[in-house]
Amino acid sequence: MSVLLSARDLRLAFGGLKAADGIDLDVEGGEFLAIIGPNGAGKTTFINMTTGYLKPQGGSIRFDGQPILGLSPRRIVALGIARSFQLPQLFTEHTVLQNVALAVAAREGRLSLMAPLLRRAFRDEAAELIGRFGLSGVAEARADALNEGTRKLVDIAMAVALRPRLIMMDEPTSGVAASEKMAIVETLVRVLRGAGVTAVFVEHDMDVVGRFADRVAVWGQGRIAALGPPREILNDPEVQRTVIGIVPAGGVHAPA
Amino acid sequence: MSRRAETLLALAGAALVVGLAYAVPWLRFVLTIALAKGLAVLGILLLLRAGQVSFGHALYLALAAYAVAFGTAVVPEALLLVPAAGLLAGLVGLVIGLFVVRYREIFFGMLNLALSMVFYSVLEKFYAITHGADGIRLGPVTFLGLPLAGETAEWTVLGLALVLVLGFGALVRVALASPWGEALAGIKTRETRLDFMGVSPRRVLLIAYVASAVMAGCGGALIALTTRHVTPALAYWTTSGELVFIAILGGAGSVLGPFLGAAAYELTRVYAAALVANAWQAVLGIVLLCVIVFAPGGLWGLIARRRRAA
Repeated sequence: MSVLLSARDLRLAFGGLKAADGIDLDVEGGEFLAIIGPNGAGKTTFINMTTGYLKPQGGSIRFDGQPILGLSPRRIVALGIARSFQLPQLFTEHTVLQNVALAVAAREGRLSLMAPLLRRAFRDEAAELIGRFGLSGVAEARADALNEGTRKLVDIAMAVALRPRLIMMDEPTSGVAASEKMAIVETLVRVLRGAGVTAVFVEHDMDVVGRFADRVAVWGQGRIAALGPPREILNDPEVQRTVIGIVPAGGVHAPA
Repeated sequence: MSRRAETLLALAGAALVVGLAYAVPWLRFVLTIALAKGLAVLGILLLLRAGQVSFGHALYLALAAYAVAFGTAVVPEALLLVPAAGLLAGLVGLVIGLFVVRYREIFFGMLNLALSMVFYSVLEKFYAITHGADGIRLGPVTFLGLPLAGETAEWTVLGLALVLVLGFGALVRVALASPWGEALAGIKTRETRLDFMGVSPRRVLLIAYVASAVMAGCGGALIALTTRHVTPALAYWTTSGELVFIAILGGAGSVLGPFLGAAAYELTRVYAAALVANAWQAVLGIVLLCVIVFAPGGLWGLIARRRRAA
């Protein structure tokens, strides 16, 4: 597998807080990489730097060999990196269908002024994608009328509608009811694998990480403290103590 | 409301305007002014879709009105003067727009206000050219080469206004349902998302801004042709405020709202001024307060609600 995203020595400090203190990370094409770590470790900052929202004070980021540091979010989206947000960023006065159709229209380039947004091609593609996410029942609902879990999925569906090669997801399951979490993640993984998208996601639920990540990167104080397959990382006593916050007797169950 | 229902309502409204103008001759002037202001307010509605309010669109109104007034000395043809004035307003709107679309909300509103007041001062102070507060009279105007005067002129300008209103109304109606129109509404609710979809919110807003300047310009040109006399008052902030007032009064839910609001505003003003000469502003103020309290969707919202209930 080839390296899709490559970060070298990323540095960014907010006042005295080092949110990135020499981050080196390669994301392989096709993998699902989970980022775990305590609050304030710089996980979201990493996503913000790779998507153009924040500019690092030092270091470099290459996407498919091309330097992307300093590019605007719009340019980076055009190159093939999409993102979803910890707090879903939806057009709250529009329906789910309109939200996703607008993302489809945005991907198709210059926004038309004359043909309707919900013309057949855009409506069909948006409806099909919404169906893949299992959201057909709420397609006509306004985005501000949805529960948190559904909004998260719509948020991710809008990113997938851009047909990215890499998707960066900031806590895709936070705020989702525990009983729904696994079903949502399974849907998500099925859609992303089906679309052949590489994924980087910040996650706090170790069951989710253990089940769906190919590799896990542990963030701590702006650095990568550990990197490896979930079985190895989640059973590391140091990671268990600092990140997971438990000292289990028999280690964490992490199926292969 | 469906496209067909709105089209029928628009055509019925146009017929009503013609009927009223025929039955009550003095209303011709009032209705033409109402349509002209409604056209400018249609531009304000575009900006409202993005959650932005301009307190300075009188700039484009006055710019185009003065362009027509000066233009009559060069080319007296109304069919050339109106598009030329609209185009000029659009060009100036593009230059100013490149700057103001970087700002939002109160900063957007105040910057527009400031620029329009600069233009007002220019009109006031450059007496040698603009005749200051006295304003300037339009020269003779022709329509398709025929001189415009008296009753023919009133009907011609009213007809021109109706054509422009129906044309721009239809265009805006279509554009608001397009991806651009929906992205424009997205600026109001979640602007950052647009950036992360690869869409420039500034470009989306700039298109709306230039279109609003063109429409305000066409409205200003019609006002000049109707009043035959232009003064700096057209550029004063109260004129800009009037446009926002009408937008709220009419409601932003439909392209018909601005014209409903403009007609109600002009008629209220005429009757209030006749009945209580010293307090007509108070009457307008009370009307607006009632609309805000009892009909947040404006007059259009009242109609749409009634239709849903029926």
